[in-house]
Amino acid sequence: MVQSDNVQRTDRVLVVPGDKLGDSSYKPGTGTFRKDSEIFAAQLGILNIRSGFINVIPAGGIYQPRQGDSVIGMVQDIGPSNWMVDINCPYTAFLHANETQWKVDFGTAGQYLGVGDIILAKIGQVDETKRVNLTMKEQGLRKMGSGQITKIAHTKVPRVIGKGGSMIALLKEHTGCRIFVGQNGVIWMDGEFEGMKKAAAAVQLIDHGTQLHGLTDSVREFLSGNGGASAGQSQPVGKMTFDIGIKRE
Amino acid sequence: MAEKIKLINDDGLRTDGRKPDELRPIRIEAGVLANADGSAYLEWGANKVLVAVYGPREAQPKYLQDPMKAIVQVNYNMAAFSSEERVRPGPNRRATEISKITAEALENVIITNNFPRASIDVFIEVLEADAGTRCAGLTAAAVAVADAGIPMTDLVAACAVGKADGQLLLDLGKKEDNFGEADMPIGIAPRTGDIVLLQMDGDMTQEEMRKALRMGMDASRKIHELQTDALRRRYAVNFADMDDGEAVQ
Amino acid sequence: MKRNIIPEIKKELIYRLAQRECREDDRPLLAYREMNFAINPISTAEGSARVQLGKTDVLVGVKVQPGEPYPDKPDEGVLMTGCELKPMAHPSFETGAPSDDSVEIARVVDRGIRESNMIDMKKLCIEPGKKIWIVNLDIQVIDYDGNLFDSATIASLLALHQATVPASRFGLGDDFRMPASSWPVTATFVKIKDIIMADPTMTEELSADARLTISIDDGGHVRAMQKGLKGSLTYDEVSRAVDTAQKLTLDIRSRLISGE
Repeated sequence: MVQSDNVQRTDRVLVVPGDKLGDSSYKPGTGTFRKDSEIFAAQLGILNIRSGFINVIPAGGIYQPRQGDSVIGMVQDIGPSNWMVDINCPYTAFLHANETQWKVDFGTAGQYLGVGDIILAKIGQVDETKRVNLTMKEQGLRKMGSGQITKIAHTKVPRVIGKGGSMIALLKEHTGCRIFVGQNGVIWMDGEFEGMKKAAAAVQLIDHGTQLHGLTDSVREFLSGNGGASAGQSQPVGKMTFDIGIKRE
Repeated sequence: MAEKIKLINDDGLRTDGRKPDELRPIRIEAGVLANADGSAYLEWGANKVLVAVYGPREAQPKYLQDPMKAIVQVNYNMAAFSSEERVRPGPNRRATEISKITAEALENVIITNNFPRASIDVFIEVLEADAGTRCAGLTAAAVAVADAGIPMTDLVAACAVGKADGQLLLDLGKKEDNFGEADMPIGIAPRTGDIVLLQMDGDMTQEEMRKALRMGMDASRKIHELQTDALRRRYAVNFADMDDGEAVQ
Repeated sequence: MKRNIIPEIKKELIYRLAQRECREDDRPLLAYREMNFAINPISTAEGSARVQLGKTDVLVGVKVQPGEPYPDKPDEGVLMTGCELKPMAHPSFETGAPSDDSVEIARVVDRGIRESNMIDMKKLCIEPGKKIWIVNLDIQVIDYDGNLFDSATIASLLALHQATVPASRFGLGDDFRMPASSWPVTATFVKIKDIIMADPTMTEELSADARLTISIDDGGHVRAMQKGLKGSLTYDEVSRAVDTAQKLTLDIRSRLISGE
């Protein structure tokens, strides 16, 4: 079994692929696999045992598209009546003109969405070979004409939202920005320059946060202070002590 | 003819002062690059190896795509300045072979069936070479793949065992590699002890070969501890506070 | 593997910030990012250096070996500069033959060094017409976030100044220090619509209409230039850029000489 003292300064048990997590008294959940009645970690992440299931909440990894998810994407290519959209996942997603509110004549798709345009969309279908269809038909799904986007690990999306939306409310209140969080880890925000800068920096703080307790408090502190500082840029080049000659803390 | 080089002294120690079953110092860091999805830096003796992992991402060119699972592609490369004699940039037969067997070893532990049509791309750059770069590259690559959050059943740890002055030696250094009698790189999946990489050249008795294989497998388990330690250091602090969130929107 | 596209709204933001003399990372328009460097991190190279300019990270190694001179310069050593933009540094880079971009970087770095006569090539002659030292300068990009021209140049200058000619290894006498004397530092600018900024990040480069790299020697002379991208520059813009390059390279040069 994984010993919790493997992890420094936290009660959260960090597991590595291949770590043994439990026996047949549990059921294998997400991020795990079963071999000969024993359960092992299949991903780097945090151990989570709930209702008899052993799960691993992944520490990183790429977003996997799921039907119904709201995502923020960038148009990458244009077809006769469709667009190919980068949604920050392994697969380029397909958006057909019929899945938008526009009446697009054959060969005029580029007049509605161009390469590099940012859209808020929903995942319509995902087939067994992971072909992803998007839709923009629902209320509120649209092209983002201005603003700014920033990316975080998709696993940190719940942190940015917060309990009952508390964190996102805090961000909006202190920055005066409109903010959308895509489940694919892409965040869109729009407002005054200073507000957007602050919001982006706060989001990066949440993504890379190293504080041990009270994330909400430290974000509030950051937002209330002269938080215009470029926290979004302060991430060190080598995150650990990677050196090839250059020492970093 | 030059006089034969003595690789083991009268006290049974090797030219760099090591005991026959002693590894060179090894240091591993995970998550060192800004743009890659996963990365690792490894120093092993004087070897310096940097690994970047991208993916899973759509396999290119398209004919490589497998509709049922991800493919694993490895590119092992020695930097031009990585050895005494300048290495001509570009592919060569040695690098192609090492890339192939490394990809096959990694494919053994990567859970590829979640990612149809995708590719997991591993780039191994040897910045400084000092014997044993294929084992160093594979060991670092396994850490980088795990760092990318890619599902795996296990890591892979590798180490070479050789023979010089008629004696089995763990983790050959440069002189031992150049003037010794045999070299056998071994890569294992530490959880099961399954052998996933094995090559050998030189001259060993069958008895020596079996003993050498044991030595390499035992050493790989020690190296596995350094790998998991690197991954835990990378994430322990970062994930300490992932508490105040819930499902999205 | 993927075309390197940035969002249109990002380009607009960069320009609107620039109009307010501001940048995404809070820098003034003509300021450089934080620079770190390491000297001789690679012991298999005759000289090496690593330079970080913001998140851009470049490693340069020098290998020196005996070879034959070019017929038109029988008593001079040879400098060969190579650059590879490998996928390690950015997902838009590919393996295989060097791209046009990497060839341009290698040639611009080479030009600044060559035209400034920084290396005394005559001192790299072993036997006129027969044997000279070939200096291979190999640029390896570790992480890419813009301005590879300057980061590769700076790393190359440091690596060359620290390099040793390994004569004893080839039975050609005692090892000696690379005959390098000056510091031809480059400064790179991009123009976004009507605004000029120095040391561009990747997103600034991808938003840019034109780019200009200027190599300035210790005496303030211009030793090499390269205009890039499909946009154009006015006479005044070039003139002001040279003036600014003089000031910027002065600062960088003094840091490189002090080694700190």
